[in-house]
Formats: sequence, structure tokens, C-alpha cells
Amino acid sequence: MPNEQQAKIKIWQRRDRGHQLTIWACQFIGVAIFVYCWQLVSDNTIWMFVTDAPHQANDMFERMLPPKWEYMDVLWRPIWDTVIIATLGTLMAVVFAFPIAFLAARNTTPSTAFVRPFALFIIVSSRSINSLLWALMLVTILGPGVFAGVLAIGFRSIGFCAKLLYEAIEEIDETQVEAVTATGAKGSQVLNYGIVPQILPAFAGISVFRWDINIRESAILGLVGAGGIGLQLSSSIDTVSWTQVSLILLVILVTVILSEWVSAKIRHSII
Amino acid sequence: MFAACLPTRIITNHCFFASLTMLSLDKLTKQYKTGDLALNDIYLEIPDGQVMALIGPSGAGKSTLIRCVNRLVEPTSGSICLNETELSSLSQGELRRARRRMGMIFQEYALVERLSVMENVLSGRLGYVSFWRSYFRNFPQTDVDEAYRLLARVGLDHMADKRADELSGGQRQRVGICRALIQNPELLLVDEPTASLDPKTSRQIMRLICELCKERKLSAIINIHDVFLAQMFAERIVGLQLGEIVYDGPPDGLTPDVLTTIYGEEDWESTIEKVKEEDFEEKRKDSTSLASGK
Repeated sequence: MPNEQQAKIKIWQRRDRGHQLTIWACQFIGVAIFVYCWQLVSDNTIWMFVTDAPHQANDMFERMLPPKWEYMDVLWRPIWDTVIIATLGTLMAVVFAFPIAFLAARNTTPSTAFVRPFALFIIVSSRSINSLLWALMLVTILGPGVFAGVLAIGFRSIGFCAKLLYEAIEEIDETQVEAVTATGAKGSQVLNYGIVPQILPAFAGISVFRWDINIRESAILGLVGAGGIGLQLSSSIDTVSWTQVSLILLVILVTVILSEWVSAKIRHSII
Repeated sequence: MFAACLPTRIITNHCFFASLTMLSLDKLTKQYKTGDLALNDIYLEIPDGQVMALIGPSGAGKSTLIRCVNRLVEPTSGSICLNETELSSLSQGELRRARRRMGMIFQEYALVERLSVMENVLSGRLGYVSFWRSYFRNFPQTDVDEAYRLLARVGLDHMADKRADELSGGQRQRVGICRALIQNPELLLVDEPTASLDPKTSRQIMRLICELCKERKLSAIINIHDVFLAQMFAERIVGLQLGEIVYDGPPDGLTPDVLTTIYGEEDWESTIEKVKEEDFEEKRKDSTSLASGK
């Protein structure tokens, strides 16, 4: 018991002894696992290469400098493609995620037994596959190009957006919904007046956040041939043109910073 | 005489009598899935134009009772008869049409926070307009006129385009009142209208509700846990305790003994004294009431 009677003074302890011992045991096991893993990693590392790493990094860095600025002329188009892939992909995801979220949310789903598990399955399967893997599959099916990239980004984002949105739907204030229902409104009107206004800020925030993530993801989709700046990145690495690689990395960095700035602005103005 | 409201007549959706009774509940019972018996065999009749206060301790079933009337809560058994319509057996579509005839005012206002005052008021007309008209906020001009008239009546016409979450508590509750009244209801269901308001605003809101009921000859059930306010404003008091009616009579019949049956042992003498004093004060101040206009 947390408090025991001892000479008429009530002793208070946060946890009783058994509970405290369990916590110590768990911490000990955690440390043991960490030490074991460290050992394993260490055994499988060729330490000669690691000690050589600073030299190698320095060498690569030197070969990357200066960035080949005139290569920029070739890059404008792929950057544009990258942004387009992210934007259209997000748009597609949002359009599908919106209804799926309503089917998945406990308080708006038409049937907890049949429809909800189906919606949750869509969400989980979309989320469990990385966009690079989606792209790999879609390039095989559709052939290389921007379209495969858009679909890959879209498929990956549906689950993300729908999951966050259905959680927002489950957290709405039910009395506002009750009040609209009590006026004799139809189901569709209750949705429009009672529920949508409450989740709109969350919806906008989620969409912009995902768009921001998608800019980064679409930058590498080209590695598997799904369009965008990743295509140039992979060919530059293949041809060991390190000065081009450094320029591309720089361009991706700037694009991501810009997208972050834009999404922060948008989120700020909505919420 | 209530046999008429029971199963044989339910099929026709009409109650046997009604001319003078706005609402009648018969053998109304609600048992929640948890097993709690919130309402036990309630029999209650509300004449046309009567403002009735429903008092009782927390958990007595006050909210459940008024939510059973418009079936936000499904009653387990019994009959609810609103001006000739048997409500307990209506289909979804019929229920929506019946709900248009009952305005509801909520505790904590229950306004849609991110919609404007005007949108909130007009949402009271949702039962009358099609989805697309309501989606494009294209309500009939008569509804918009009525909304402005009601907002002016409660002193908020200059607030129409403000967002609901910018208003103070008293203002929000007045918007809630407008939303209920624009339905052009026959009956008002009022659930703890003053629970989150200060004493002065509480009185203003209660006075406003009662004045509007008189103006429009509405019947009302007002759930309220504040005995002063109930006595000050209602024509009739019904005391509910553990899902059963334990008092039904005029406000001045609330003796210490009665209050003890409703709420349990407490020193009620001083409460009653205070109500008499305040009642007198209120009458003097009535002329300066905030709810002016019209």
C-alpha cells in the first residue's frame, strides 16, 4: 500500500515496493538490450572504414564543390514536376480521404460492423506502404513518368490524411451536432452545419502538413523513375557528377524551405 | 383517457384528444444500456401555452425527459403525444418533420462555434429547406427577414455577421433562443438555459424566454436546477427525483418539505425567504429589462 501506518505518522510513497521493483526490473532489461545491440552493431562494422570516414567525406565534399550552376537550366523543369507531383498527389489524397474519414469515424460511420473496418483497412494499407514502394509498383504498371508519381504520393497520403481527419471527427463536440439534429435537419444538413464547420480547421491543417511532407517525398520519387528532380539526382550519381549532385541537393533544400514557409503561412491564416 | 395514446391509436399517429393539451407523456420509461432507469413510468400533461419548470437534483432524469420528447434519446417505452401527433412511433422522415415543431435551447448554448450568428439562427430553418439551398446558404428571404427580426428582438441585430465564438455567454444563449424560435415551434424544450451564466444574465435569459413564450403563446418545459429561478419565472413546477415525479404544482407550493422530497435533507427555509425578496426586487426592475426592442 502506498501509505503505511508507522508510529501514527502516515508515510506516503508514490509507488508501493512491488511496483517500484517492477519499474527497476524493466529499466534494467532496457539497458541490457541496448548493450547487447551495441555489441552486435560493433561486431558487424568494419571499423577500418569508419575511421577512414572523415577523409572520405572530405574527399567527396571537395569533389562536390563548386556546384555546377549552369546545370540549373536543366533543373527548372524537374523542380516544377516535383512540386506538381506533390500538389496533385495531395489534392487526390484529400478528395479520397475526406469521405473515408467519415466512414471510419466511430460517430459518423453508417455501420460500425461493416463499413468501419473496410474504411480502416483502406487507411492501414495505404499507410503501410511507403510512397517509394508505391512508385516502384506504379512505374511497373503505368510506365515511368509524372503520372505514376502523382498516384504514388496520392495513395500514400490517403491513409495519412484520413487517419488524422477521422480522429478529428471523433473529437468533435456532440452537443453542436445534437442542436442541429433537434431542428429537424436531414443527415446531410447535420453533416454540413454541425460537423464540417468543427473539423474544417483540422482538415486544412492536415492537408497543408501533408503537402509539405509530399514535397520532400516527391523529390526522391525520381530515383525509381516516377518523375521529378530525383531522376536527375539518380543519373548524376550514376555518372559520378558530384558537382551536379551538390546543386540538386541545394535545390531540394531551398524548395523544402520554401514549402515549409508557405505551409506555415497557410496554416497560420486558417487556424 | 390516456388509453387513446397507447398502441391501438399509435398506428394512426393521432392522439385521441388534444385541443388544450400541447404535450402529454404517458408511461414514459427510459432505461439506458448500463441498466440505469432514468425515467420510470412518467405521466405528464402540459396544457397549451404553459411554461413549466422541471426541477430536481443532478441525475434525476430532467435532461433525459426533454431529450425523449424530441427523441434525441430514444425512450424505452411509453407514449409521447405532441398536439395530436404520437411521436414515439414516427419513422425517421416523420420524426424530422415533428422536430421542426419543437424548438430546443441547450445548456452551454450548443451553437456551432465556427459559424456566424446568422448561420446559427438560420440553421433553425434546416428542416424546411433543401440540402442544396442550405449548402449555398440560400435561405428564403422570409426566413432571413424573420432571423433579423428575432435578432433585433433579443438585441443582437448588430452581431449577425460575428462568429458565434466571439460572443459572450448571455449573447450566445440569446442566439440559441433565436435558433429555436425561428423554427416557429409549438413547444420549447429548454435544457438548463442558465447553467453556465452569471446570476444577472441568468435572470435576463429566463425572463426573455418566458416573455417570448407569452408573446408567441408557446408551451415550454424548462429544465433548471436553480430553485429560485424556477419559482420566479414558471407557472408550474414539476419536481423529478430518480426518474419519478415527486411534485407537480404551483411555484409557491414548494415548501421545505417538498424540497426535501425532491433534493433531500437541507435547510430550505432560508432559500425560500430569499426567493420572496428577490421576486419583489425583480418586479421593480422589470421596466429596465434588457430584453427590449421589437
